[in-house]
Amino acid sequence: MMPSPLYITSIDVQTWTYILIGFTFTLYIGIAIWSRAGSTKDFYVAGGGVSPLANGMATAADWMSAASFISMAGIISFAGYDGAVYLMGWTGGYVLLALLLAPYLRKFGKFTVPDFIGDRYYSKTARIVAVFCALLVSFTYVAGQMRGVGIVFSRFLEVDINTGVIIGMLMVLFYAVLGGMKGITYTQVAQYCILIFAFMVPAIFISIQMTGNPIPQLGFGSQLVDGSGTYLLDKLDGLGTELGFAEYTKGSKSMIDVFAITLALMVGTAGLPHVIVRFFTVKRVRDARKSAGIALLLIVILYTTAPAVAAFARTNLIETVSEQPYATIPEWFKKWETTQLVVFTDKNSDGVIQYVAGDAFLKGENGKFDFKQPNLTSANELYVDRDIMVLANPEIAKLPNWVVALVAAGGLAAALSTAAGLLLVISSSVSHDLIKKIIKPSISERGELVAARLSAVGAVCIAGYFGIHPPDFVAAVVALAFGLAAASFFPAIILGIFYKRMNKQGAIAGMLVGITSMLLYMMKYKLGWFDEVLPPKNEWWFRISPEGFGTIAMMLNFIVAILIMKFTSPPPNDVQKMVEDIRIPSGANKTTQH
Amino acid sequence: MSSKDKAKAYWRSNIRYVVILLTIWLVVSYGAGILFKDALNTIQIGGFKLGFWFAQQGAMYVFVILIFVYVRLMNALDKKFGYDA
Repeated sequence: MMPSPLYITSIDVQTWTYILIGFTFTLYIGIAIWSRAGSTKDFYVAGGGVSPLANGMATAADWMSAASFISMAGIISFAGYDGAVYLMGWTGGYVLLALLLAPYLRKFGKFTVPDFIGDRYYSKTARIVAVFCALLVSFTYVAGQMRGVGIVFSRFLEVDINTGVIIGMLMVLFYAVLGGMKGITYTQVAQYCILIFAFMVPAIFISIQMTGNPIPQLGFGSQLVDGSGTYLLDKLDGLGTELGFAEYTKGSKSMIDVFAITLALMVGTAGLPHVIVRFFTVKRVRDARKSAGIALLLIVILYTTAPAVAAFARTNLIETVSEQPYATIPEWFKKWETTQLVVFTDKNSDGVIQYVAGDAFLKGENGKFDFKQPNLTSANELYVDRDIMVLANPEIAKLPNWVVALVAAGGLAAALSTAAGLLLVISSSVSHDLIKKIIKPSISERGELVAARLSAVGAVCIAGYFGIHPPDFVAAVVALAFGLAAASFFPAIILGIFYKRMNKQGAIAGMLVGITSMLLYMMKYKLGWFDEVLPPKNEWWFRISPEGFGTIAMMLNFIVAILIMKFTSPPPNDVQKMVEDIRIPSGANKTTQH
Repeated sequence: MSSKDKAKAYWRSNIRYVVILLTIWLVVSYGAGILFKDALNTIQIGGFKLGFWFAQQGAMYVFVILIFVYVRLMNALDKKFGYDA
């Protein structure tokens, strides 16, 4: 087969990847050296003087992880309409943040989420419960990010996944330990620019190729350029039905589950400590509101493009492989076959790829597909890993090599920025909430800064360990970090701001019930720890999946908190005064010292 | 107006804005995008079925607008009550 002319004259993908990754990493290190942290205030909240625009960009990069960048479009392209739970769930939470949380937490003006819980509920116990929840949520989340860094490295540079994890660890270690929140904030600003550019360039190219419209969000709803006058989505619905998949624009999840997952993700987003803490870094209350708006705008640019990419890639994939002879399959297919992101098994030995609904392979004992065992009950001959939809998209669409390499740099920017933000939450939970506020209040400012840096080192090492030796449950649990955040922090913070009468007994009981019920449901229905085999879907409570159970756990938290509060004494006067004070936006700068 | 009454009046206006905006938030996402999507899908604009469009595009645009509307409303409210210092 003739290679596309774009490939002949240009530098190869590998070289481009080294150039782009080398350039971006140098940039991150440069920024880290320039923005070293000199005080605990620098380290925890970047000195509290970040502009709304910079904070919005940093929040967006912090928020969009390897999962948003690499996996989301792929998930949507296989889930069709159902993918909307992630799109709405991971953006709608910012409305809650801007309207219900960020302004008041900024006015409160301390360093961490457990700070707020501990002070508002005048209790060390509440603070310890909050620290426990923050660590649990952040660790489940960060392990997946380190693994993501390793996977991007291994796929694009053909190094071992573990080597990739270690390179990522060193990188994050360098700028998180040196710069703290200050270093992280400004590297995240750079990482946002890189990741959004890397996501949009291939999307725009492909949109033009397929629909003639340079704006993917519009191309998504346009007619194909093949002259047939068919709309892209109608074509996709047709292809899907023809091959036995669910109709793309319909989806297959139950409505109540779609409801529950969307709500759990929204509320979980608003309750994630690494997101909340970003709003402690701006100067004034009005800046907190504004930067939440900017952050969401910047996130939505990627999030409205992702479903378009999903639809383009799905159509492209089906048309490229379905009923095509294996012998003449394009180069990219062979390349991704070596990494087993696509696996073909010619069940009927006709040399042609039959790609229809159903599992092409049987699952082994570990629950993953065993590529040595074709599933003979299904006519499907092709396994496609969902990550390929973003990773291989530029190659499938025959885009130039630098665009292919750009995707690698973008994926790394997304994974590193999120990992750094999470590590900061972990280190400040240890050095500030545990050491300074509970174990050794007499610690000096310098001592606390040293402790913060050491805990960051410790956190990176633990995260790296989980990245190299991922326990089976890590991948399954990452998505549930949202459920845990929804079940623990969100109700405690909301009630703390909007319900003056809420007291420590109610809040602590609520958090404990919320997080415990979420953990138990997850262990039973996601990890299968309580039964011989994982219980089937029809045993789920109210037909709600573990991913959506955060919604139920959150409601339990609210109910228990309010019930217990009714039977216990109201909070002391100075706490009630504090609540009145955080509702007023003026004077936020005076209260930042602790 | 005493400072306490002022704070109360400010808070009441804030809550009113929040309730109105969150109602819209609820309607576009859980309403148009989930509950009524099948009904809305009978309407097609360009290549988009409307319910599908709300779920994968429209709701997100509205979210962004809602936050910026809140920012403007609250900046004006802060000024009116003298809390913008």
